[in-house]
Amino acid sequence: MIQHLVDGILVGSFLSLGAIGLTMAMHILRFANFSHAELLSIGAYCALVFDKVFESLSPVLATKIGPLSMTGALAISIILSMAATGLSAVLIDRFIFQRVRQKGEELSMVFASFGMALIIRNVIGLIFGLSGELYSNEIAFAMVLSRDPLLLVKPDQVFVLIAALVLMFALHVVLSRTTFGYSLRAVAENPRLAQVHGINLKRMIAAVWVIGGGLGAVAGIFYGLSFQITPVMGRDLVLPIFAATIVGGIGSVYGAVLGGFIVGIASNLALVILPSGYSPSVPFLMILAVLLVRPNGLFGEARA
Amino acid sequence: MIGFISYLVFFSTVAAILAIAVLGLNLQWGNTGLFNGGIVASFGAGAYGTLILGGTPQDGHLGGFELFYPLALAGGMAFAGGLAWVVGRLTLRLRHDYLAIATFGVAVAFENVMRNATGVTGGAQGIRGFERPLQNLLGSGFSYNLVFLVAVLAFLALVYVFLERLTVSPFGRLLRAIREDETAARSLGKSPDRVRLAAFVTGSVIIGLAGGLYGTFYAFVSPQDVLPILTFQIWAMLIVGGAGNNRGAMAGAFLIWGAWTFSGWALSRFAPVEAQLYTGSIQFVLIGMVIVGMLLWRPQGLFPERLVVSQPGVDTGNKQRD
Repeated sequence: MIQHLVDGILVGSFLSLGAIGLTMAMHILRFANFSHAELLSIGAYCALVFDKVFESLSPVLATKIGPLSMTGALAISIILSMAATGLSAVLIDRFIFQRVRQKGEELSMVFASFGMALIIRNVIGLIFGLSGELYSNEIAFAMVLSRDPLLLVKPDQVFVLIAALVLMFALHVVLSRTTFGYSLRAVAENPRLAQVHGINLKRMIAAVWVIGGGLGAVAGIFYGLSFQITPVMGRDLVLPIFAATIVGGIGSVYGAVLGGFIVGIASNLALVILPSGYSPSVPFLMILAVLLVRPNGLFGEARA
Repeated sequence: MIGFISYLVFFSTVAAILAIAVLGLNLQWGNTGLFNGGIVASFGAGAYGTLILGGTPQDGHLGGFELFYPLALAGGMAFAGGLAWVVGRLTLRLRHDYLAIATFGVAVAFENVMRNATGVTGGAQGIRGFERPLQNLLGSGFSYNLVFLVAVLAFLALVYVFLERLTVSPFGRLLRAIREDETAARSLGKSPDRVRLAAFVTGSVIIGLAGGLYGTFYAFVSPQDVLPILTFQIWAMLIVGGAGNNRGAMAGAFLIWGAWTFSGWALSRFAPVEAQLYTGSIQFVLIGMVIVGMLLWRPQGLFPERLVVSQPGVDTGNKQRD
């Protein structure tokens, strides 16, 4: 039970990171982006490539940091992968979504994102192969936190949780204390009025994609550290991330954080009563429950 | 030669079944503007419902009610409609993307439950022991397939006529009115939520019919038949054909299914052996590119929606003013 709870919190940490970017894009661009989870895959695979490159360039970087299975090379790769994924998100928007946006209505965007998800996922499969990959082939031993009840935690998982919380706090500071953060919120509230006040809409949209892509990359890498990287990880993550945004309320960054942890914990706690095969259905049940009880989520507001 | 014809019959049967599903989606998306991200759930509900109700008793899973075939098919359609009603009831009054997410979720959960609830659905092994109707009479060879194709085409024609009538009826006008301007429709005393729910459920029942026929044709259904790719294929068919145009939707079904089977055949024939594993991925990329490409370059599809005048009045020379 307590093990499921702890595992749930750890899963929640990367679901939250993924959900933040999704909820921001849904708020500002007003469409449900089904390809958001593919940004997590892009991030995870970018980091894999960078990691291999740096390890071969300088063997010093290949040594592990402390008890983590993480190396110096991977640490640098995370930063680079965030930038690369943010850039890909901006490019995908420039070349696909922006053009669909100009032509059609919001649901065409949902539809385009459906198609993009299919393309990205399978192109990744074609490039990297269909089998799973790991950042490190060495077995990471779990630390025994307590014997009764038995509680195992891997050092990597602790790192993932702390890093995720640090990133979320940094985002909170940016959104609530900087002019940039105010502009972003203004655009979300009312794009036209924000433009009247001299806010560059295009730049703000690009910023949303950079943030979404960057956090998504970290989420994907952390998923890879906790489980393994596969081309279909986006397919498996898209529903839990959507569930997190709906639980938190679409458009609310804090809701997304909380929603991510709630979905992570609930999915793991559900394993106590349900056979593990059913866990992919749990996010859907949570969506249904939220829609029944509180359709706008914990922090969401009704908006047409 | 006979091999080619029998393949053509087989191909047309599947394409016509999918065309029925595309027509159902067209009612939802083309005429009403509802995004259904989980077509496979309705399709699968129809197939599973039909086979469970109409099949012979089997060890290990629910079923064996041996219902009279039309009743079994109707049961499958009702199952699809009921599922759609629950989802629609919960989501249709909310922001439109909730429906997209919820329907997508239904499809994931549906496949997941079918795969795991072995006691009910046979799990990964699927539903066995279904006897196709009239099989005693017609045997199971070419003649059966030919008759089955004719039956499927009849269903397709029936659904087409039903939807065409619906489009020009007051209800069809209401659907388009709500799609174009919900506030205006509401101001006329219409209830958009109820109308949308009716359209969504009707569309899902039609997709359920397609699923039921599909299950009947193969006399078998398993979780492999309700994978998300089917949703993408049916969407691609509609967008290529032209959302809002029933004839376009049917043409799109045959075109895309033709392209899909041809690309599968070409890849298995000409691609090097080591690339065979990736045939599926290449086809998936192609389907994705068809969807995105159409949205970018021809969002109205090959056969765009024709504007319908529900009650053509006396020609008063309005043509000059248009």
